Amino acid sequence: MALGLTGYVIVAVLLLTVTAFFMARGRANVSAGGDIRLLHSLPNYYGYNAAMFTAVPALGVFAIWMLAQPLMIENSVFKLIPEQMVSEGSSRGLVMSDVRRVAEGLDIAVERGALTAEEANSIRTEFRDVREILGDVGVALGSNVEAEVLYAAQEYRSRSASGTFGMTIVVLGLALIGAAASLFVTNADFRARNTVERGALVLLILAASLAILTTVGIVLSMLFETFNFFRMHPWTDFFFGGSWAPNFRGNSDLSILPLLWGTLYISIIALLVAVPIGLFAAIYLSEYAGPKVRSAAKPLLEILAGIPTIVYGLFALLTVGPALVSVFGRGEEGLLGVEWMSGATAVLTAGLVMGIMLIPFVSSLSDDIINAVPQAMRDGSFGLGATHSETIRQVVLPAALPGIVGAVLLAASRAIGETMIVVLGAGAIAKFSLNPLEAMTTITTRIVSQLTGDTDFASPETLVAFALGLTLFVLTLGLNVLALYIVRKYREQYE
Amino acid sequence: MNDMRVLERDVDTDAIKIAARGVQVFYGDNHAIKDVDVDIQDKTVTAFIGPSGCGKSTFLRCLNRMNDTIDICRVEGNIHIDGEDIYDRRVDPVQLRAKVGMVFQKPNPFPKSIYDNVAYGPRIHGLAKNKAALDDIVESALRRAAIWDEVKDRLSAPGTGLSGGQQQRLCIARAVATEPEVLLMDEPCSALDPIATAQVEELIDELRQNYSVVIVTHSMQQAARVSQKTAFFHLGNLVEYGETGTIFTNPEDSRTESYITGRIG
Ligand SMILES: Nc1ncnc2c1ncn2[C@@H]1O[C@H](COP(=O)(O)OP(=O)(O)OP(=O)(O)O)[C@@H](O)[C@H]1O
Ligand SMILES: [Mg+2]
Repeated sequence: MALGLTGYVIVAVLLLTVTAFFMARGRANVSAGGDIRLLHSLPNYYGYNAAMFTAVPALGVFAIWMLAQPLMIENSVFKLIPEQMVSEGSSRGLVMSDVRRVAEGLDIAVERGALTAEEANSIRTEFRDVREILGDVGVALGSNVEAEVLYAAQEYRSRSASGTFGMTIVVLGLALIGAAASLFVTNADFRARNTVERGALVLLILAASLAILTTVGIVLSMLFETFNFFRMHPWTDFFFGGSWAPNFRGNSDLSILPLLWGTLYISIIALLVAVPIGLFAAIYLSEYAGPKVRSAAKPLLEILAGIPTIVYGLFALLTVGPALVSVFGRGEEGLLGVEWMSGATAVLTAGLVMGIMLIPFVSSLSDDIINAVPQAMRDGSFGLGATHSETIRQVVLPAALPGIVGAVLLAASRAIGETMIVVLGAGAIAKFSLNPLEAMTTITTRIVSQLTGDTDFASPETLVAFALGLTLFVLTLGLNVLALYIVRKYREQYE
Repeated sequence: MNDMRVLERDVDTDAIKIAARGVQVFYGDNHAIKDVDVDIQDKTVTAFIGPSGCGKSTFLRCLNRMNDTIDICRVEGNIHIDGEDIYDRRVDPVQLRAKVGMVFQKPNPFPKSIYDNVAYGPRIHGLAKNKAALDDIVESALRRAAIWDEVKDRLSAPGTGLSGGQQQRLCIARAVATEPEVLLMDEPCSALDPIATAQVEELIDELRQNYSVVIVTHSMQQAARVSQKTAFFHLGNLVEYGETGTIFTNPEDSRTESYITGRIG
């Protein structure tokens, strides 16, 4: 019983696959009379072909069935529950999770022998205390089991059982048909190699479309929730309002503009730090540094890229912030004797630390790009009597420019989407201000704060997170598209 | 080696532009040039011939210190240009390369416009006082490289968009525009059609009036047509050096004879 029926189905399909492989290979050999030159393809291809037709359709149907069955059964079982049970301060999700739990409890009770299979399907709350029985086998329930829930749970079990049974038959049947059909067509003239090739292509296409479909799914679900949000909250306020003041008693101001301002301001500071330093570091490493320095410095920079951003956040909060305060704040005691900065969290704190985080990102991308500029181009410039720095400025960098612009835009979209550093370093005040020493907040931090703690997924204050997330997504997508466009335009010009 | 000394006496020492003595080049452990002595005359075209991999490009690159840019490359011996040791520590390789221009084996235009490609050297060295002067330099360089008619209407188009042969002539124009005293050309015609080749050869002949030109070529006919002196390299050695006519009609070394008659290649 260690595997369960579904486990046995998979094992059976795999066994069938292996068998089909060897049988098809053997059959191909026999049909060629042992002389493999007479075969259209090498014998293994006949094996692969049979294995493919045995395993892929069966396992594909299996996967789809496993995904679809619970959804369909839940839908049909839910109809058995009277409406007023759901509306009495509860939700569909809660009731259904009770049903599932009771069904699971009955499974366990049957397994432990506390109930016979017969009893599990027929007991009624009127006659036995189901809660106690389930409690005895270790399934604790929060309240007494209601008759409807028990009935639904029993239905749930029986439908699941018949569904799994049907699945077993269909999957094994498909595997057998696939094996038989592929064995049947196996003969010396069958183009197994081409079929396997096409099969491999289909698998690759499936993988690619799965990746794309997930993205589309994520965007669609965000769109759906965003749409819900705009039904509860005016979109004009979201896009054109002036203030961000969520209020869980309702009637909040939820405008993205102050958050967007904070996000862009911090990102710009981060890029101002990261782009020059990262680019200069890349130029030094790829053009001037000897092989020894290079082999030591590159891994070091890459380590910097591997530090989790929460650590950068701590660094911002505990080191950079206080250091900035000691320069720009504290009045008479401070370094400058001014009182411009009151707390450690500020746009400048977050921007500086985020810039540090992006340095290795910019430098390692630019380094690869600069290295990709052909040596012949440098030789041409040196051969005309240009110095090293003239060569870099006038030949290497222009040749590498599209790649560098791409790297910078990628860094920008990372800065815009960065969360932990701004959560810890930027503060929580949404406002329009040009002063980099003040605390401000960003889109990502507000998403975090709207979704943490007690959340009610039906209020605009929570749903606004989806609208913010979608805007963020559109923003970074736009940046990436722009990067691609610039790179392509430049390429057209110089290739 | 003996015949080398005989030849040296024939050379007009007054007009020697480049004098190389005991030049050895190593790429790591690979001994690419072995003890080469050669005198290259001013206002002369000198051809380097020899089988592939014998070190022609390597030796050519010694003459303007382009080998400095290769980390593993080590050069020994003396090379004097106009009596000055170019491997002396006081010599600035950047200035040297402005004086000794180079056209590379593979065309390597910059990712800039045709105009900017040619104007690159003059701009760096401040050869033009104003835009009009620069325009003149660019035009005359392009004319001398026999490409002006093809590109005069699209000077602002990228140089990398030209065909291989046009790119090579652009690179020649680029080198000529800096007004070097010596022009090193590494197989400049390997990507050119016969017409363009003839034009480049005409250019080489014209350059000879003022400069000394060193050209690497795999074409015996070309060497015979354009050069006055020919040097034959084999496995890193300078086997024979002398008047082009003599080398091609009456070579002293059996290896030279085998090569020019097509028996080693
Ligand atoms: N950058 C380099 N690094 C290491 N070895 C090199 C390098 N350039 C040339 N060599 C070696 O030096 C030797 C001479 O090469 P070189 O390019 O001078 O030959 P070549 O006569 O110009 O040949 P070709 O006619 O094919 O251009 C060869 O053995 C080559 O492998
Ligand atoms: Mg060569």
